[in-house]
Amino acid sequence: MSHPSLDAPVPAAGIESAALGTAVPATPSHTTSAAVTPVRAAWREFKENRIALGALSVVFLIIALAVAAPWITPQNPYDIGSLSLMDARRPPGYVGSEGYTHWLGTDASGRDLLSAILYGLRISIQMGLMAGLVGLVIGTTLGMVAAYRGGRIETVIMRVVDLQLSFPAILLALVLVALLGQGKTQLIAALVAAQYAYFARTAYGAASAERRKDYVEAALAVPLGGSRIVFRHILPNVTPPLIVVATVQIANSISLEATLSFLGLGLPVTEPSLGMLIANGFQYMMSGRYWISIYPGIALIVLIVAINLVGDQVRDQFNPRLKR
Amino acid sequence: MTVREEPGPFGTVGRPLLEVRDLATHFFTRAGVVKAVDGVSFDVHVGQVLGIVGESGSGKSVMGYSLLGLVDPPGRIVAGSIGFEGRELTTLAPEELRAIRGRRIAMVFQDATATLNPVLSVGTQMLLAARAHERTKGRGVRALCLETLAKVGIPDPVSRFKAFPHQLSGGMRQRVAIAIALLHRPALIIADEPTTALDVSVQAQIIHEMRELVRMSGTAMMWITHDLATVSSLADDILVMYAGKVVEAGPTRAILKAPRHPYTKGLLDSVPSRNPRGVDLPQIRGSTPSLLDLPQGCPFAPRCHAASPACDVAPLPETDGGRIVRCHHPRGLAA
Amino acid sequence: MLGFIIQRLLQAALVMLAMSALVFVGVYAIGNPIDVIISPDATQDVRAQAIARYGLDRPIWEQYFIFLGNLLRGDLGRSFLFGMPVLDLILSRLPATLELALIAVLAATLVGVPLGIYSGYRPESPISKAIMAVSILGFSVPTFWIGLILILTFAVWLGWLPAGSRGPTRELFGIQWSFLTLEGWTYLALPALNLSLFKFAMMVRLARAGTREIMLGDTVKFARATGLSDGSILRRHVLKLISIPIVTVFGLEFGSTLAFAVVTETIFSWPGVGKLIIDAINSLDRPVMVAYLVLVAALFVTINVLVDLVYALLDPRLRPGAKA
Repeated sequence: MSHPSLDAPVPAAGIESAALGTAVPATPSHTTSAAVTPVRAAWREFKENRIALGALSVVFLIIALAVAAPWITPQNPYDIGSLSLMDARRPPGYVGSEGYTHWLGTDASGRDLLSAILYGLRISIQMGLMAGLVGLVIGTTLGMVAAYRGGRIETVIMRVVDLQLSFPAILLALVLVALLGQGKTQLIAALVAAQYAYFARTAYGAASAERRKDYVEAALAVPLGGSRIVFRHILPNVTPPLIVVATVQIANSISLEATLSFLGLGLPVTEPSLGMLIANGFQYMMSGRYWISIYPGIALIVLIVAINLVGDQVRDQFNPRLKR
Repeated sequence: MTVREEPGPFGTVGRPLLEVRDLATHFFTRAGVVKAVDGVSFDVHVGQVLGIVGESGSGKSVMGYSLLGLVDPPGRIVAGSIGFEGRELTTLAPEELRAIRGRRIAMVFQDATATLNPVLSVGTQMLLAARAHERTKGRGVRALCLETLAKVGIPDPVSRFKAFPHQLSGGMRQRVAIAIALLHRPALIIADEPTTALDVSVQAQIIHEMRELVRMSGTAMMWITHDLATVSSLADDILVMYAGKVVEAGPTRAILKAPRHPYTKGLLDSVPSRNPRGVDLPQIRGSTPSLLDLPQGCPFAPRCHAASPACDVAPLPETDGGRIVRCHHPRGLAA
Repeated sequence: MLGFIIQRLLQAALVMLAMSALVFVGVYAIGNPIDVIISPDATQDVRAQAIARYGLDRPIWEQYFIFLGNLLRGDLGRSFLFGMPVLDLILSRLPATLELALIAVLAATLVGVPLGIYSGYRPESPISKAIMAVSILGFSVPTFWIGLILILTFAVWLGWLPAGSRGPTRELFGIQWSFLTLEGWTYLALPALNLSLFKFAMMVRLARAGTREIMLGDTVKFARATGLSDGSILRRHVLKLISIPIVTVFGLEFGSTLAFAVVTETIFSWPGVGKLIIDAINSLDRPVMVAYLVLVAALFVTINVLVDLVYALLDPRLRPGAKA
């Protein structure tokens, strides 16, 4: 039995109302206008929403900062040797033993918070992108195979996907991390396992809608080769909703990874991600040393909200039902 | 500009029930301004059945919605006047307009599967509509509903009252919608393609029943459709719309016998029953223009075999003994 | 109607069977199953005894049946950490999580749905835009972060509410509930708020999307044409149409909140089932982990069945009735 699906970037069960409509953002037909490519037109429309544009610039800024981290930070927070406990738990603006100002203060191990945050952002973005990409590939393949092959394969794959969609991502990730142990690959595996289902369902929905169209039936009747049809026809129509899901899922992966790190189940202690920084600072909040948790938290929030805002705009753009 | 010059079936000649003058409804979309209705004028008299004919994209449905103020944004009425029972509908306050909807002017839509709420019973929906206006509050409401259901030809109204829309056949559902429209005995019913979604046999039944209903009660009706055939047996007068404008209007019999506008002629010619077997159906070449991108001058010119350089200027409507035509080269008249 | 119920129950039983097999295979394939029963620091003798006693030297399928048998009898093993039968352990913690989850989801629905309906009715109004902005925050910001901020604001800076643990309880139906005491509510307030923000955002978006779509549909147009006021339309038509997906989401969200409360319970030291599982994962208390998984699966299956039933109640089209 299929539940209603929600037409919004929601990391919950694929639910939608039977009274309301389709399961996935409806796919616009693949058309190319003579003068302007769809990419250009999409970009132009995107630019009109100032908030989304601002969000996109923030995202790029953060990425740039994170990539440049090794060069612009005064300290490498992973290098335990460079830390000095003398500098621990100092408020923002404190001039440390190395002679430079800790603009955002230091944490309990003496790490310069600004550096730690930038490195932490690196990890967050890395994890988010990797999990998102792998999830995208696996999920899309599964979804398209299900739509293309039909029959038993389709039922089996989609039942599993549906079941997984109703499971809360965090629980799945928790269990996997517990069973697989800690480490980057294990973490990515857990994140992917928790989220591939969204990609699968989106790809399946779009692909099977396309597959039913007459031109695909016609093409299949002629031995033109299945993969050609897939790549030239189905894929372009599956891509837009997938982009929407991808942006959302990247934000979710980042959020999930932070949550797992916060609970102590993420990366090892030596490579603190934002979640762990926040967790470490938790105990100091009561005594007024709020900066240890707050600043990494703000960085995390800004990143996630920015990505979500971009995703919102992308989603609105690809939803023909909202077109006025 | 009245369509009727001779006395109508009820002997009315004077003040029309509905007077529409230069009505224009535009949609302000991202892609540009869509002039769905662009300067439409006509009258409807008490008890008259007016058929509005046009293809999809002609603006006929939007015009129907405009009369009741049901146009959703980004569309709105930008110009013109709608006179009804002596009041100007375009400037009415929302509460006053609401008082007219359903009570004095009622509307029936095309697909009763979509217009009836699937999760409410037929009875609940009828009661809601009945109680929407002050006057019918009270006990007799249920009896009124049952009576109206019977009037539209629904057998065993009591059990249908409790039923849900999906438990009724398509024809029944549409009859329910018509019953709802008749509840308050409106002076005018606007029917927007009410039979298009139904089986042919049911279509004929409903057309017949509605004709009898309005004739008996003296209700005026506007029947909007793309199908000339339905309208021919039903309407006293016909209005033909194209690209948001009225291109021809007049008494049904006259128009069917001698259409003046090339478009009307084209429509008539393509009706299958009017053509001999085994011969290709004549078609109007080309397709309806996008309302975003109308050509200067006569919108039908690109498809018209009678077009000439004169058609680069938009033709104005010309009246001639109860008939109106908007064309530089109307058929049967010296052009 | 009876046939429908029986059919759903049978399906549910099948899914449970599949889930139990999955969990069994997971434990067997991933870990050393003996570690599920005996703490890893037991001696060789004890291990040998346990292997013999639990039949771990028998073929897999036989072991699976033993597992199933134990399951059905309610024997889910003993916790390493607490030494008590896992079932008792979980049941003792369940009420705390139940009341938290129920209050959170109820609050989210009762506040979120009306706000969402209003927002869908008047999408361009400033109030509407404000509601949507808050909902984006509710979505994007990770729950643990909101919890932190709540503690910081209400417990540390303002000192109005306690920062953790559960309040005093009173008994009802033989179980201890803290919402029955006034003081209990002060302890419930923050964690419930924390949990509900995410659900609130989801309900708002769901209600808004649904309302917008319905308002542009033919049913509403027809209702307007009969002279119904917008207020009546919203109350009698929109609310009824929207209630179906909302109830579905409510059920699913309740289920996932029960499991997802992990993070909130950790931050607020709430003695519920979520905290139990985190402690179990951190200390590798495998019997608890296995039992938890099975129970969560059972929970989800049950909720799914219940939601299906309620669905049929609300949407007359789904009732097995004769067509007229």
